[in-house]
Amino acid sequence: MAVPSFLARERIVARPGFNRWLIPPAALAVHLCIGQAYATSVYKTALVAHFDSTLTAIGIIFSIAIVMLGLSAAVFGTWVDKNGPRAAMFTSACLWVTGFLVGSLGIYTEQLWLLYLGYGVIGGIGLGIGYISPVSTLIKWFPDRPGLATGMAIMGFGGGALIASPLSRQLMSWYDPGYDPSVAGTTPSGNAVAGLFLTLAAVYAVFMMFGAFIVRVPAADWRPDGFDPASVKSKPMITTESVSAANAIRTPQFWLLWIVLFCNVTAGIGILEQAAPMIQDFFRNGTSSAVAVTTAAGFVGLLSLFNMGGRFVWSSTSDFIGRKPIYMVYLGVGIVLYVILATLGSSATWIFVLTAAVIISFYGGGFATIPAYLRDLFGTYQVGAIHGRLLTAWSAAGVAGPLIVNGVLDLAEGEPGTLVAGDYRPALFIMVGLLAVGFVANLLVKPVASRYWEPRTTDVPTATATPERSAAR
Amino acid sequence: MSSASPGQQQPTRTPTGLIAFAWTLVGVPLVYGLYQTVKTASSLFGG
Repeated sequence: MAVPSFLARERIVARPGFNRWLIPPAALAVHLCIGQAYATSVYKTALVAHFDSTLTAIGIIFSIAIVMLGLSAAVFGTWVDKNGPRAAMFTSACLWVTGFLVGSLGIYTEQLWLLYLGYGVIGGIGLGIGYISPVSTLIKWFPDRPGLATGMAIMGFGGGALIASPLSRQLMSWYDPGYDPSVAGTTPSGNAVAGLFLTLAAVYAVFMMFGAFIVRVPAADWRPDGFDPASVKSKPMITTESVSAANAIRTPQFWLLWIVLFCNVTAGIGILEQAAPMIQDFFRNGTSSAVAVTTAAGFVGLLSLFNMGGRFVWSSTSDFIGRKPIYMVYLGVGIVLYVILATLGSSATWIFVLTAAVIISFYGGGFATIPAYLRDLFGTYQVGAIHGRLLTAWSAAGVAGPLIVNGVLDLAEGEPGTLVAGDYRPALFIMVGLLAVGFVANLLVKPVASRYWEPRTTDVPTATATPERSAAR
Repeated sequence: MSSASPGQQQPTRTPTGLIAFAWTLVGVPLVYGLYQTVKTASSLFGG
């Protein structure tokens, strides 16, 4: 599918001397916007009341969006790599903004299916395209520090929720004077949420289009100052070859990394999904908990910070210690921390908080490091498309994680407000088992066999055409 | 920042002001979000 010429990859090939530090804000402009997907809880209750529906029916909106993220990243990954980041960011912006507009119409007209279609399906496709494109672009601009590059972009996705949550509460309190976010129990009206959707659509349109406007791709022969590609050849787990997306999914390495990501994400979601009630249940005496509701909210905030910080810090660290070793830390130390959480977590609040926070930092780190791991094994040729296919592991984990935790808690037959630490233990030990599976899968990762490599002439897509380099800069 | 390409394209220089503006545009909302989240998280240690 061809794109208009102003979006084409050839139009955005950077001229010599272009400063690559303009690319991280371009990537962040997109990821900070689409990261709003993790802030849907701020208006969930309002939508339940507005549609006279259930938490499950409203929660499906988010689930559809995440499933569409994985599917669209997998399906459109090759298109994204072929047409470049401007076309991808522009398309993502159009879809993400349209999702909010259709969703807003659905709220105003009380048509829940429009919310499923708008935010869930249309917005979800925008999520998938917008997620992979900035990541693969940054990898190409930072061949000397791919972990730092992917950490910067994917940190933005975590940061998007940190911005959207307080901003949404503030905006809804302006649109509905009866809603006070500082008072527990007050709920904004449906129309306030619809107004919020319209406002976010306008703000995100500006930000994402700005990112699409300033993004560039490096020329095929470009190298950062002081970077010697020969230094890469000396590292056995980093290839200088190229593997296509079609070939990558035929390799055992792809599926081993799929298992690694699935296990790491499932384990993290196990805590994230239940964070606020979990800390209260772990310190429950009878029907009351030693942890207040506001303290539980503080715990959720702390986890968000560690989730975001882990994406940048651990992914950047992987540039120095290597991708395989850092996943051994995420999964191996994760096992130890989950055992501590299950056995000693209820003995002191600081033990619970500290172990959970480090586990969540590994969860974020796992997300941010995986594109750099893919680049090491498969090269930069179609890393966006390969990353897109791998994100189906995220979609699967998004279903499996909550299913495991909620299933175990249902088996405990405890009503919300009466659960205790012991009710969570089976779920936590299942996570230990999953992390062990992921640990073994990571250990089995070896360099990709030469029969999957592309012929040298098709190393880099931009090398196949004479680039019409950007006249802008 | 980068090595010159051996191609025919004239070298360019990215305006520092544009880089600063781009980082400010994404940095300000990020700092706002971080500040609000730290404020919420502080209740964990406030008792």
